[in-house]
This record gives sequence, structure tokens and C-alpha cells, in this order.
Amino acid sequence: MEYIIIVIAAIFVNNIVFAQFLGICPFLGVSNKLSTSVGMGGAVVFVMTLATIVTYLIFQFVLVPFGLQFLQTISYILVIAALVQMVEIILKKISPPLYQALGIFLPLITTNCAVLGVAILVIQKDLNLLQSVVFAFANAVGFTLALVIFAGIREHLELMGVPKGMKGIPIALVVAGLLSLAFMGFAGLV
Amino acid sequence: MNQKENFTKGFIKNNPVLVLLLGMCPTLGVTTSAINGLGMGLATTFVLVMANIVISLLKSVIPDKVRIPAFIVVIASFVTIVDLVMAGFAPALHEQLGLFIPLIVVNCIVLGRAEAFASKNDVLSSLIDGLGMGLGFAFALTLLGGIREILGSGAIFGFKFISGDAILVFVLAPGAFIALGYLIAVVNRLRKV
Repeated sequence: MEYIIIVIAAIFVNNIVFAQFLGICPFLGVSNKLSTSVGMGGAVVFVMTLATIVTYLIFQFVLVPFGLQFLQTISYILVIAALVQMVEIILKKISPPLYQALGIFLPLITTNCAVLGVAILVIQKDLNLLQSVVFAFANAVGFTLALVIFAGIREHLELMGVPKGMKGIPIALVVAGLLSLAFMGFAGLV
Repeated sequence: MNQKENFTKGFIKNNPVLVLLLGMCPTLGVTTSAINGLGMGLATTFVLVMANIVISLLKSVIPDKVRIPAFIVVIASFVTIVDLVMAGFAPALHEQLGLFIPLIVVNCIVLGRAEAFASKNDVLSSLIDGLGMGLGFAFALTLLGGIREILGSGAIFGFKFISGDAILVFVLAPGAFIALGYLIAVVNRLRKV
């Protein structure tokens, strides 16, 4: 039950994009087409879950015992960058089709603030390892959901007569605002 | 390129938020009030200036192949300094900005300027470039924060001038997207004429 609440809260109530403003750059950058947004979403689910596990273990078993919590930011970003590189190399070797699908998105994920954000959040929220994994996975699914909905709308938006100054990013932001308003309807659910 | 142009390009012509559309997460996340926007903007400016200076000094030492990780370590060090200093001297602001302070590390503006400018130019130019870009960022955040604060809570810099309710949605999450969307539309319009 506890885990179901974490999942619902992370996907709908506190959606990582619409309520917490994390991962906005890829959200605006790769949401032009539905197919690329699904690929990006898949890559984020994979990396975010893995990165949270690794950074959680590093925090609990390296930083805390040595009293080095102030190195959190530096160590996390390096671990995430190295992890993404490693995942890329391993995927290339063992699963070329998956690499084909996710490959181009992987380097972009290092600078996705959602990954670092979730890794820091699980420490701030004082979750245990299993809760952290569920939390990270659910947040990544929430990110994918937001990205896919948004890409679907933007594909239609391309064909609409939008005023000149509003074309592109401005109208996309207004749409994101309306979606965020819709997601606010989930507030109070859990 | 003269230094004056170096400074103003980040402020107006290539404003990181309003024109280049970089650093969207803190822009949307912290601008619930003008003072929060200003605080975040100045924290980022400090990181930008210091990272630009250090990277410019180290540019001949850092091997080309590992330059990105090296830049990230430099940036992350200054972010940690800002984080700790702010927690010590401005705990209220630190509480408000929360997660977005450590996330300055992944702000595309900082790494972008390091890669595009500081790693190719001398120290003084890099300093001025960082200052211009940083203040441009701070300006955009303060502007957006001010707009949202006026519309959303009828106040500016915490000074309330409307009694009673304002348009609450502008201080909530959806208002951030909508206000920024219209702000960029206005900037687009102004740039074309």
C-alpha cells in the first residue's frame, strides 16, 4: 500500500515536470515528435532508476561513514555522468537494438536535472533503498507520461494557426501551463 | 570583440532565458516571487563568474578529451560553496530555493559558457562574459518573479499593495509556464521590430 501511494503521488500529484519543474530542458527539447519522446522517456526510466540506486548506495556507504555529505553534489554528478557513459557502452555491446532506440538520448540525460534532482530528493525525504527505487521509477514514469502527452499535443499544434510571436516555445509553454492546471486536479488524491 | 559588447550581449541580445531558452528549470521553479528570482539569479551569477575565471585559467592544463568532466567538477565545487554559504547566512532563502541550489550544476548556461566561451578566451573576457550572462539570467528571473508576484499575490518584493485576493494561479505551478510563455512571446515580438 505504502508503495502504491509513492507511485501515485510521484506520477500524478507531484508530477516531476508539471509540479516540480525538473527536466524542463528535455521536456521542451525532445517533445516535437511522439516517437522521439517515447525513446527519451524509456532512456530516462532506465537511467533514473539505476542512478538513484547507485547514488543512494554511495551516499549511505561512502559519504555518510566518512562524514563527507558536503561532497554530495560533486560526487553525484560525476557518478551519474560515469554511469550514463557505462550504460551507453554496455548497451552498445549487449543489445544493439535497444542502443539504437535509446542511444542518442543517453548523452543528453547527464544534464537532465531530473536525474540529479531525484537522486538528491530521496536523501532529503529520508527514504530507504526500496522506497527510493520505487520513487525514482515512478518519477521517471511520470516524466515519460508528461513528455508523451505533451508531444501528442505539440504534433497537432504544428498544424494550427498560431500568432507569429507565439510560435514555437511560447505556445508550448502555455500548453504546458494548461496541462499543469489539469494535473493540479489530482491534488489531495493521496 | 570589445569588453562592453561582451558584457551586454548576455544581458539583452542573447539573454540566456528569454532568447536562448537555457536554464528553464530554475526559471520556472523558483520564480514565485521577485526576491526568490533575484536570489537564484545572483547565486547562479556567482557560480558562472567563478567557474568562467577558473576554467579560463586552466584551459591550457585540461586535456581536451576530459574537458567536460573537468568543467563539471569546477562548477560543482562552486555550487557546493554557494549551497553551504547560503545555508549559513540566508537560511530562509536557502529553504525557499531548496533543491534548485544543487541543481545549478546541471544548469545548461553554466556549462554552456564554460564550453563555448571560457575555454577559448582570456581571463578578463571570461569574467565579463560570465558577469553579463549571469546578470542577464538574474534580470530575467527577477522580471518573471516580479510579474508572478504582482499577479499572483498582489505584492512586489514582499511589499503588498492589493488587499484581498489576487490571481492565485500565478504563484502556483501552472502560472509559471503561462507567465513565461507570454513573456517570451512579448520578447519575440519586440526583437522582430
